[in-house]
Amino acid sequence: MRLSMDLEMEDKPGQLLMALEPLREQKGNIISVLHHRDKKTPRGTIPVRVILEMDRSRLETVKGQLQANGIMVVRAGEERFLEEITVLLVGHVLDRDLGDTVHQIDSTGFAEVVDLSLSMPGIDEPSSAYLRIRATGKDEIQKAMSILRQVCVQKDLLVIEPIEADEP
Amino acid sequence: MTEVRISLVGYGVVGHGVVEVLERKRQLMGEIGLDLTLVSVTDHTGTYLAPDGVVAKDILDHRTLEGVANSDMAAREVFGSIDCDLVVEVTPTNIVHGQPGLGHMVDALSMGKHVVTSNKGPLVVDYRRLKDLARKNDVALKFEATVGGTMPLISLIERTLVGNTILGIRGIFNGTCNYILTRMAEEKYPYNHALTEAQELGYAEADPSYDVEGVDTAGKVAILANSIFDMDVKYGDVEVTGITGITPESLILAHKRGYAVKLIGEVPALTVKPMLVPLGSPLAVGSTLNAAAIYTDLSGTITVTGLGAGRIETASAILSDIVSIYRGNHVDAQRS
Repeated sequence: MRLSMDLEMEDKPGQLLMALEPLREQKGNIISVLHHRDKKTPRGTIPVRVILEMDRSRLETVKGQLQANGIMVVRAGEERFLEEITVLLVGHVLDRDLGDTVHQIDSTGFAEVVDLSLSMPGIDEPSSAYLRIRATGKDEIQKAMSILRQVCVQKDLLVIEPIEADEP
Repeated sequence: MTEVRISLVGYGVVGHGVVEVLERKRQLMGEIGLDLTLVSVTDHTGTYLAPDGVVAKDILDHRTLEGVANSDMAAREVFGSIDCDLVVEVTPTNIVHGQPGLGHMVDALSMGKHVVTSNKGPLVVDYRRLKDLARKNDVALKFEATVGGTMPLISLIERTLVGNTILGIRGIFNGTCNYILTRMAEEKYPYNHALTEAQELGYAEADPSYDVEGVDTAGKVAILANSIFDMDVKYGDVEVTGITGITPESLILAHKRGYAVKLIGEVPALTVKPMLVPLGSPLAVGSTLNAAAIYTDLSGTITVTGLGAGRIETASAILSDIVSIYRGNHVDAQRS
């Protein structure tokens, strides 16, 4: 089964090895390791995403070993969401039931809103929301976006999409 | 030396620029073998005829030809009665019916004159007919100045990138919108404040709706679709969202996440809408600049940027179109 793990580690030599060793011991087949040394977290740790093939039953053992090695396990589980898109909504985002807007994406089963920031300058003034949406694939991202576009037409919200998402 | 006798129709800001640039570049044009002679200027008040060539200083100080016109001929009569090879059409644009420019262009092409223009309206309204007329009469129709002003786009695609299949074009084609969005992001100005500033600086018209509602950009998208992608579309075929709903808070939110918001026109998708552009992207230009990314099969993505408007800048694009008609015709002949 394909699994993904979001780890955080201290910025000191040998940490990555400490993170990968338990995976080897549990016969995990590593597919990719994304080591974001330039994107430190506010805690000063380095985020690393590992994608691997491994029996799910071994996950708890691996998590325990990682923690024992001083590696923080932020999230571990089935790798579902491979694609990501960011969008900006402008208008009466909150008044038009933001919870419902998010739910329309989340309820698809193939896409989820994973990050949300709001800016509300004042009552009665248009607010804006930044949304990060993850989905299981490129087509699913497009499906989620077309749902979002429809919802935003109904709610009279402006959807600002990223230019790089869909290059000609 | 090839003599080119030019009739200018339209004597507004761009018309003045054309008169000035033709005068300023007379010697340089001579050096490349072109004797560009402006033999008539026509506006809504009359015509100024100068068979031996217009002396720029005689008319440049006049805002219109009223007072200096020496003939009451309309453009059509001018083309029919004087010896001219090429018409520069720079009357005010109308994106709905294309007039008066459309009539001028039809007349000029039908009478076997090359046409060079910065006037979007006629090309949006009746591109196919104009192109057919040019082909039938074996003359050129050139309109680089209609899209992106002085920024080379159409000539870049038709000449330099010849052989590439163009997959798409995305760009910022309206300097007014770009100025407003840039100021809102930089100074956290509300939309109305940024618009007022743009109007005070002369970047936006008193009635800014043509720019800020995306109409101008949509016209350019239609021209690119018709000319580069061989489509047959009008302004109404373009899906348009302008920038009036954008708030400074949304720009700040975008900026924090590494994005600028720009009004982007896209072909062949036929859309005009605000989009998130990564701050490091070559398309993320500020102030009144225009920019265009050309997606090609062989050359990858090519991005150009430059001033989208301005008297001299637009005249410069017109001058380069004129020169291109008389230089290296063989490349254009294959495409027309």
